[in-house]
Amino acid sequence: MSLKIENLSANIGDRQILKGLNLEVPKGQVHAIMGKNGSGKSTLAKVMAGHPDYEVTGGSVTLDGLNLFEMQEPDQRARAGLFVAFQYPMEIPGVTIANFIRAALQARLPEGEELDAVEYYEHLYKKMDALKIDRKFTSRAVNEGFSGGEKKRCEVLQMAMLNPVYAVLDETDSGLDIDALRIVSDGVNAMRSPERGFLVITHYQRLLDYIVPDVVHVMVDGRIVMSGDKNLAHKLEAQGYDWVEKEILATA
Amino acid sequence: METKPDLNIDRSVGDFHYDVDYEFDAGTGLTEKTIDYISDVKEDPDWIREFRKDALRKFNSMPMPTHWASHDLENIVFDNIRYYLSQGTQPKRSWDDVPEDVKRTFERLGIPEQERKFLAGVEAQFDSEAAYSNIKAAVGEQGVIFVGSTEGLQKHPEIFKKWFGKVIPTGDNKFSALNSAVFSGGSFIYIPPGVKVKHPLQAYFRINAENFGQFERTLIIADEGSEVMYMEGCTAPKFETSTLHSAVVELVALKGAKIQYITVQNWSANVFNLVTKRGLAHEEAEIKWIDCNIGSRLTMKYPGVIMKGRKARGEVISIALAGDGQHQDTGAKMVHAADETTSNIVSKSISIGKGRSTYRGLVQIGRHLKGCKNNTECDALLINTDSRTDTYPAITVRGKENACQHEASVSKISAEQIFYMQQRGISEAAAMSLAVNGFVNDLVQQFPMEYSVELKRLIDLEMEGSVG
Ligand SMILES: Nc1ncnc2c1ncn2[C@@H]1O[C@H](COP(=O)(O)OP(=O)(O)OP(=O)(O)O)[C@@H](O)[C@H]1O
Ligand SMILES: [Mg+2]
Repeated sequence: MSLKIENLSANIGDRQILKGLNLEVPKGQVHAIMGKNGSGKSTLAKVMAGHPDYEVTGGSVTLDGLNLFEMQEPDQRARAGLFVAFQYPMEIPGVTIANFIRAALQARLPEGEELDAVEYYEHLYKKMDALKIDRKFTSRAVNEGFSGGEKKRCEVLQMAMLNPVYAVLDETDSGLDIDALRIVSDGVNAMRSPERGFLVITHYQRLLDYIVPDVVHVMVDGRIVMSGDKNLAHKLEAQGYDWVEKEILATA
Repeated sequence: METKPDLNIDRSVGDFHYDVDYEFDAGTGLTEKTIDYISDVKEDPDWIREFRKDALRKFNSMPMPTHWASHDLENIVFDNIRYYLSQGTQPKRSWDDVPEDVKRTFERLGIPEQERKFLAGVEAQFDSEAAYSNIKAAVGEQGVIFVGSTEGLQKHPEIFKKWFGKVIPTGDNKFSALNSAVFSGGSFIYIPPGVKVKHPLQAYFRINAENFGQFERTLIIADEGSEVMYMEGCTAPKFETSTLHSAVVELVALKGAKIQYITVQNWSANVFNLVTKRGLAHEEAEIKWIDCNIGSRLTMKYPGVIMKGRKARGEVISIALAGDGQHQDTGAKMVHAADETTSNIVSKSISIGKGRSTYRGLVQIGRHLKGCKNNTECDALLINTDSRTDTYPAITVRGKENACQHEASVSKISAEQIFYMQQRGISEAAAMSLAVNGFVNDLVQQFPMEYSVELKRLIDLEMEGSVG
């Protein structure tokens, strides 16, 4: 059981961004991806989610054996268990957080079944309290006028409410203050379970002190070029990416 | 026996029709003969026959307003339209007496059920005439009159004649002239002084025939200190050819009276909906239009209030939803003609795909007046980049002691935002519904419960249809 990405290639317009990417996150594990700006990390997340701007030109992604690309619509993939916390979450004017998450949960129920409103709010408030999000946020439009850190917390709130099987966190630590980083990490750690896998995209080793990864991958130019344990993150933090590129050239 | 509707019907609740034998049919095209036919069938008094003929002359002499309005109007072929179709001019007082096929139609649209649940009276118009018209006994005993326009002019000429055509003169525009020439159906309502009708009166307008024009005429008079809420709904099946709906609605609120007029239209995409609606508010009277326009090919409608007496109040709250290939050209007209009159306009439009919304507002405050206020708020939501919205506010305020406030906003829901919502497991149609319902929510909360539920359901259906 795993999130398995095989030989994945994808374009935006005429430009190839992902160039035969391989990666497997077994269920129950946390994997981290690090890599320079523009190496294709967010592209990977969006391609998996089914963003309409990207064209998949080869390879496959399977979710516990389920072919993701056989599901046309992004919402089908989401309901199959994939969640992406975006690097730049969208603002949705007029749609409150409470209504948004409620609609997302409702979409997972069989036809004709109604979400219990009281239970829903109890559950929502509990998760908000844990993430130290003011309850007043429930009536604010999704991400509208939120600070950078508030947006990230709201992404984690959605993840906590939707209980995905595989979650991709794209730079969820960027923009968080020191306390928020701790709170959000606790939130993610509380969700770690043998029944769930995480793919954490980050630029900073510091996050990985809180959310300790099983494997760290390095992405260069649309490919995973190196994988290791958490110490690889320390080395990248200390030395940057130049040595990685040299090492690949040497072995190529 | 009710047959089970096939699945396609869910797209648009009103998209079905039955073959009906019409007893009266004025044929296609519009001449003096058509008018004589209608007047004969309806046994019009001479003054109405003359009124109609005068209106026909005005209609023929007036140009299409394409110098400011959509050129799509030129696609209406007046010669191909049928101007009068009915199975008789007398509406039934009991659903049991309504002909089977017509009754089936209204049952499918849920009208008798709503009547039992929460209405004070119902009129159900099928093509040119009301098939059913009834008012709860208790309401009738208060002296409330709720009948069709024909019965109104025949049985209550003293009230009817005084106000008919006074708020909206025949030559107000080409389509008010057309309506005045061939009008049939619609409601005549009179509320006696001080009577407050607790539950809403409802009219339902159903177009069943192809190549048909529906021209109902409604006149509501609320006498001093009375209150009434009137709601109208409308549907038509989807035909290949175009259908014309051109109504005239006149409201008169005498001193201290309150009229609330609520429309939730759900026309199919082949309907030209060209409607003139205006109210006359006397001293301290209040007229409020709530207008929800969903569907149709082209809607042109600018409900207005003439505030004729001191401290009169006018309000227009409108929601227009333009799906692919539709054009909602709506707005409001506020004429302040006395001191201390106040008006409020809130317009929300939604354009999807190639849908187009236009807002036209007119606010007039005379130079000699004091203490008048207008507030106009005009918000547009664009879903997908092709959508288009235009705003043409025209505000003429004269005199220093009056205040006008105008706010406008445009928000957009892009493919990127829809994608974000879909990533949470919400389907494209549900995501659009969520955005639209969020956008109109503050307005919908002011609607009666039954109508807000209905509106939400229509929005959901429209979104499903637009995703295809
Ligand atoms: N719409 C687009 N049109 C053209 N190029 C694009 C588009 N979207 C992304 N790209 C390019 O794709 C490349 C990969 O972008 P991506 O966002 O995946 O990088 P990233 O690894 O997430 O970077 P960062 O660390 O800065 O978030 C970048 O060079 C970017 O400019
Ligand atoms: Mg990125």
